[in-house]
Amino acid sequence: MGLEGHVETILFLILFPAGISLLLLSIPVKSVRRLIAVIANIALIAGTIHLLYESSGATVRFELESVWIERAMLVLEAALSVYILYMGVRFRRYLVVLFTLLQLGLLIHFETVAAPGIHVVHSLFADNFSIILALIIGIIGSFICLYAIGYIEEYHERHKESEDNRRVFFFLMYLFLSAMFGIVFSNNLKWIYFFWEVTTVCSFLLIKYHEDEESIDSAFSALTMNLLGGLAFAAGISYAGMYAGTLELDRLIADGGAYAVIPAALIAFAGLAKSAQLPFSSWLTKAMVAPTPVSALLHSSTMVKAGVYIIIKVAPALKGTLAAAMLSYLGGLTFLVTSLIAISQSNAKKVLAYSTIGNLGLVVACAGIGTNEAVWSAILLIVFHAVAKSLMFLCVGITEHKLSSKEIENMDFLIMEMPKVSAAMIIGISGMFLAPFGMLISKWATLKAFIDFNPVMAIILAYGSAATLFFWTKWMGKIITIKYGLKNLEKVVSPWEWTTLAVLSFMTIGVCIVFPVLSSALIEPYITEIFGASPSMDRFNIIIIMIIMLGLLTMLPVALMYYAWLDKDYKRVGTYLGGANVDNARFLGSTGAQRTADIRNYYLENFFSEKRLFDYGWVAAVFLVILMLGVVIT
Amino acid sequence: MTPIDYYIHLDSIYLKAAIYIVLAPLLGGLLAGVDRKLSARMQGRIGPPVLQPFYDVLKLFQKEKIIVNKFQNFNVILFFVFMVFTGSLFFLGGDLLLVIFALTLAGVFFALAGFSVNSPYCHVGAERELIQMMSYDPMIILVAVGMYQVTGTFRVDAIALYDEPLILYLPGVFLGYLHVLTIKLRKSPFDLSMSAHAHQELVSGLKTEFSGTTLAMIEIGHWYENVLLLGIIYLFFSFNSIVGVAAMLLLYFFEIVIDNTYARFKWELTFKSTWVVTALFGAANIIILYFAMRP
Repeated sequence: MGLEGHVETILFLILFPAGISLLLLSIPVKSVRRLIAVIANIALIAGTIHLLYESSGATVRFELESVWIERAMLVLEAALSVYILYMGVRFRRYLVVLFTLLQLGLLIHFETVAAPGIHVVHSLFADNFSIILALIIGIIGSFICLYAIGYIEEYHERHKESEDNRRVFFFLMYLFLSAMFGIVFSNNLKWIYFFWEVTTVCSFLLIKYHEDEESIDSAFSALTMNLLGGLAFAAGISYAGMYAGTLELDRLIADGGAYAVIPAALIAFAGLAKSAQLPFSSWLTKAMVAPTPVSALLHSSTMVKAGVYIIIKVAPALKGTLAAAMLSYLGGLTFLVTSLIAISQSNAKKVLAYSTIGNLGLVVACAGIGTNEAVWSAILLIVFHAVAKSLMFLCVGITEHKLSSKEIENMDFLIMEMPKVSAAMIIGISGMFLAPFGMLISKWATLKAFIDFNPVMAIILAYGSAATLFFWTKWMGKIITIKYGLKNLEKVVSPWEWTTLAVLSFMTIGVCIVFPVLSSALIEPYITEIFGASPSMDRFNIIIIMIIMLGLLTMLPVALMYYAWLDKDYKRVGTYLGGANVDNARFLGSTGAQRTADIRNYYLENFFSEKRLFDYGWVAAVFLVILMLGVVIT
Repeated sequence: MTPIDYYIHLDSIYLKAAIYIVLAPLLGGLLAGVDRKLSARMQGRIGPPVLQPFYDVLKLFQKEKIIVNKFQNFNVILFFVFMVFTGSLFFLGGDLLLVIFALTLAGVFFALAGFSVNSPYCHVGAERELIQMMSYDPMIILVAVGMYQVTGTFRVDAIALYDEPLILYLPGVFLGYLHVLTIKLRKSPFDLSMSAHAHQELVSGLKTEFSGTTLAMIEIGHWYENVLLLGIIYLFFSFNSIVGVAAMLLLYFFEIVIDNTYARFKWELTFKSTWVVTALFGAANIIILYFAMRP
């Protein structure tokens, strides 16, 4: 239980996946790699749970003799920069080159001239918030990696044109896990920055995996925006070092005073880019060309969460400033615009991407508001979103192969063709917006936080939620449409994918059931530590929520079994087709021609066209970002 | 002390819920009967007896079970159960936001019922039902937000006991609610997703393929819902129970008049007008109230 044990677990979580990634890169035998991956993931899950068990609940900070670590990081960082420069020149993306050079210049200036001798006392830390994130990274991340083993096999069968670089693929996935643990446990800003850049490069390379023109374009789009964010991050660190005289995140925020405002605003800007908020949202929607486990791991459950994580961390330094208000409006705007755009999207992964951006927008809005209620809801949003959204992505990962399409319009009768995947998908969709599931609980908490702060935000949430209701339900409607006599398509789904799907489905339900415990044991102590008091949910309401959950969990299977086996006394007829049925799906048209009744969903393009809404949202968001960074001048 | 006051002051939430569960379908059915009678009179017909909705439903229970697929009735049952649950939660004095979320859950099951059949008419009805839900949802949430701003609580029982007339603080929210009430009561000009056969171009929309017992459950479910919706009107006038009941009856009559004097809107107009009304009346009211009530 001692501090020593604590820091060892943290170092294990940061270093172990990196070691595994190198191992996976170097071993040529597939079965050995798989065995290593399984063992590594079990160890990672055990490690994060062990950390939770060890933790006393209070924030602990660790000293770490850091000369060699600093040097190693410097070398690796230089190597990364050189690699990015090379890629930028090779593909003629000069903006990438420019941003990298600026960043390098800034860091060299900082290391040599401005503030070479700042002593960092506490390089690592752990509090309940970082442990929650570590649980997400460790558990969900591990299961996504296991899923990827089955996925990538089929991916290469179906994409013969794409070069089989799966060793690099897994190398990047595990390296990414390392960097994520690094971000959430580092207190030294330079370390956070280092891990931050590693995730940027991992994301770049994984988006590019297919190596066709579209993937390369999307990868550079993500890289450019995140490098711009990284540049702001580096500027923030330099400023913090030169004027506030510290490179420790907690000290900067707590004692930085007026000097903390500018670095906090700059780092928040980096967070906005990383979590794909407007005006940066386009990189995330483009990133959907990546293999689906990448979208699930990096672009929904973890990496984009690093962006909102850092915003939540630095937001207290902005409290009461214009920047904080702008941050909350920016988040609200992002939520509203992306939720509306999602209505017009028929590509399943793009719907998921827009919904991800929107929900991160809510988290950013909560961070900007910065009251104890708001931060409590922000953490709830992060947890519930990570579970349900990764489940959704992984379901789509299976259907995209089996149906050879990512379109929702091709998911007609999915419940008949792939009943188990559909069940998981229905759980995932419910988890995203329906009572009594997690996202609804957190949106409810968010709504209360918004009302107490500023009713404009509550109004935005009311409109945005209505839009989410529409696009999720029509998707669910699509997959539960029933037709008989279809072939079962899910017999050849790999056990890797099944395991993960099952685990995440149970987790989506499970986190809602344990939510009161989760809140009181982990989140509320954290909020109390920062704010002195924590909100919690009214006990009567928790009981009602649990009754609804229990009702669903018992009624659904019982009713299904009743209709499947017991209900025998009925007369079946064909659907009504204006009295001109030929059979159940075809009818006689006006000229006597036989037509098929083909059913399509509404996408309301006239109201919610992606281009128009994005353009408006982009302009408004740029305006808000300029106001936010305005504090740098004033 | 009126019976309403007596009801509000009951201690047992179980008793309150039980009273709702027993009385709501009777009241809802009666309202539907009066509705049909008044509509008929407005159109110069004599109209069916006031108890006709009960005769209809009882007859539906005796019909043969005709279905298109084995699972189509599944979602209707869930809709019914959660509708009764939602109403009970409101009438036992629970959290207004939770009531709204549970109502959404019931609504989603109803729309899913339409999707699951694989019939073009049901499908279009279900899509339109969703458009209706998306249209009215923001306003319904703003009703709760506005009431919270005035009373400082989301608890229905506490709001019902609030001394001052909420309507004076929330006139805009109230008008916005009246607008969406027309959608929720499935009245013209907003009866897009389903209305009586021969009353629209979609056969009977979402419920086209539902018959017999299931159709009866849809009817009774909506009776429960209508009583709940009138209960929300009551909250605006709850400072005096006689005024409250009078307001409910008057506004229901007003909805019948609207129903008989308007032609159906297209979904575009329904959606647009509702979001605009929500912004102009509901949102504006809430923002003004926020500044007015700030210390």
